[in-house]
Amino acid sequence: MSVAIDTGLGLTVRGLTALFNTPRGMALAVADVDLDVAPGEMVGLVGESGSGKSVTLRSIMGLIQTPGHVTGKVEWGGRDLVAMPAEELRRIRGSEIAMIFQEPMTALNPVLPVGLQLEENLVAHTRLNARERRARALQLMNTVGIPAAERRLNEYPHQFSGGMRQRAMIAIALACSPKLLLADEPTTALDVTIQDQILKLLLDLRDRLAMSVVLVTHDLGVIAGTCDRMAVMYAGRIVEMGTVIDVFRQPRHPYTRGLLGSVPRAGAVRTMLSSIEGTPPSLTDLPAGCAFHPRCSFATDICRQERPPLLSLGNDRKAACFHHDRVAAAEAIL
Amino acid sequence: MSVAVEKIGLYPRLRRLALPRTLISGTIIIGVSLLIAFFPALFAPYDPIAFDYKALLKGPTLAHPFGTDSFGRDVLSRVIHAYTIDMQIAVFATVGPFIFGTIVGAYVGYAGGLAEAIFGRVVDAVITFPFLVLVIAIVSVLGPGLGNMYVAVGIVGWVFYARLVAAEVKVQKRLDYADAGRVMGYTPMRIVFRHLLPNAITPAIVYWMTDMALAILLGSSLGYLGLGAQPPAAEWGVQIADGKNFMSTAWWISVFPGIAIVIIGLGFSLLGDGLAQLLRVRR
Repeated sequence: MSVAIDTGLGLTVRGLTALFNTPRGMALAVADVDLDVAPGEMVGLVGESGSGKSVTLRSIMGLIQTPGHVTGKVEWGGRDLVAMPAEELRRIRGSEIAMIFQEPMTALNPVLPVGLQLEENLVAHTRLNARERRARALQLMNTVGIPAAERRLNEYPHQFSGGMRQRAMIAIALACSPKLLLADEPTTALDVTIQDQILKLLLDLRDRLAMSVVLVTHDLGVIAGTCDRMAVMYAGRIVEMGTVIDVFRQPRHPYTRGLLGSVPRAGAVRTMLSSIEGTPPSLTDLPAGCAFHPRCSFATDICRQERPPLLSLGNDRKAACFHHDRVAAAEAIL
Repeated sequence: MSVAVEKIGLYPRLRRLALPRTLISGTIIIGVSLLIAFFPALFAPYDPIAFDYKALLKGPTLAHPFGTDSFGRDVLSRVIHAYTIDMQIAVFATVGPFIFGTIVGAYVGYAGGLAEAIFGRVVDAVITFPFLVLVIAIVSVLGPGLGNMYVAVGIVGWVFYARLVAAEVKVQKRLDYADAGRVMGYTPMRIVFRHLLPNAITPAIVYWMTDMALAILLGSSLGYLGLGAQPPAAEWGVQIADGKNFMSTAWWISVFPGIAIVIIGLGFSLLGDGLAQLLRVRR
């Protein structure tokens, strides 16, 4: 499934931690996240709102500003993005690593024509002249499937529909043929048919351009349809990781199990959807032990006292639960 | 079918034509004023500084519709020639502060931190003094005259533009498209001036129009006080000052330049309001 083309070492994240100094205390938005993305691989990052998925992406990109503080290592081609000087990081952003956002209306500049915004990236990272930039812009518009590219380059974002805006955003991100695309809920703001088109486009581009993709979403269906591997986040930590097939077949963390159980399935016998009781914890006031224990039906005393480490379970599978065997053995929820 | 399509196609164009009335009337007033300012000789019946001792302090007549002043100069011609100086004041006294204030504001708004703290204190220092008092103080140090007046207004005036732009850039830099600019690896310079500023400059442009009206009032005030344009130059403030001793006997010397100030102030205010409406709709 994954087209591993040897174009480098990919992305290696180690111990990534993002702290925010808020009036209510230190908020641990991302804690000790380890993540590997191989070249050409599509990795999904899933979790509830506030679980730290977006902050993880923004930390990788160095977008966290005061009062936030990021520590840990983000290795890209043998260089550490976190420790790197701003100017060096600027050169990598947009050319080797690109990012697309959830709401393309706000991520595109409302007062500049789309074509100009596309060419801005080329101005920043290439030495192409005006005519070459225009040609490249047209080519990119075609790549992402925007019809009547010539005319649309001169139009403003508000003249684009939601799906077309996201395509334009992707075209801008692709301008310099990045090796890694960080996608922050790229389809959340779109309706389902457009969502499907955009995801197909991302998959297609991944294959054609041999680029790695990290896809952040709260939609398990999106992950199932697109990703090779997935990581589940809860309260700033990765609680489960593995290939999409493995995780869906046999979740080993009760939170993943709960997430999967709350997805309606077409074709199955109609029953009540199960939901995860309670609400996610406040990041400034995490419960002792496992952050999920107040909502967990498998919780025992040890869960309330100790935080379970993210253990390797073989076959590229990891889970942070003392009772992962019991979770795995529990009655199938699907 | 084709009719319906045409209607849809026509509609946005029609709406674009529906400019705010304030904008249209403001543009007409300022447009006519500019025309007079560039070619005063075409409109003025007499030489504005030619004395005529046979027609001293004459009231409005057909030969002198606005009357004559104490030297027999034609008030209408002086009011018309004053357009050149007063429009010049409106532009020269504001364009410098507008550009400089916008650049400083954009930098301060984006950089934040120490730059913002220092800027905040500068703003405090400037706005605690009444504007006119500060300008008069600076002019009296530099010496009277139009050139020094521009300098004095510039020293004080940029602060207001900078404050407007800084506040707006501060909002804009938190928006997604600014982050998008950062992840595309654009330089901070490029993000601020190419991407944020076009979104942040609207209030400054609107204020600029109002400020031109204020600049003319200020120029006239300084002219009246003898610190701006110098006699015998035709300038509304100077003219009003010339007429102040004759208010009870020859009201026309001061009143007609005063009316000119009111009209031009109205023109700039309408233009500013109209622009504000237009740009707000565009957003």
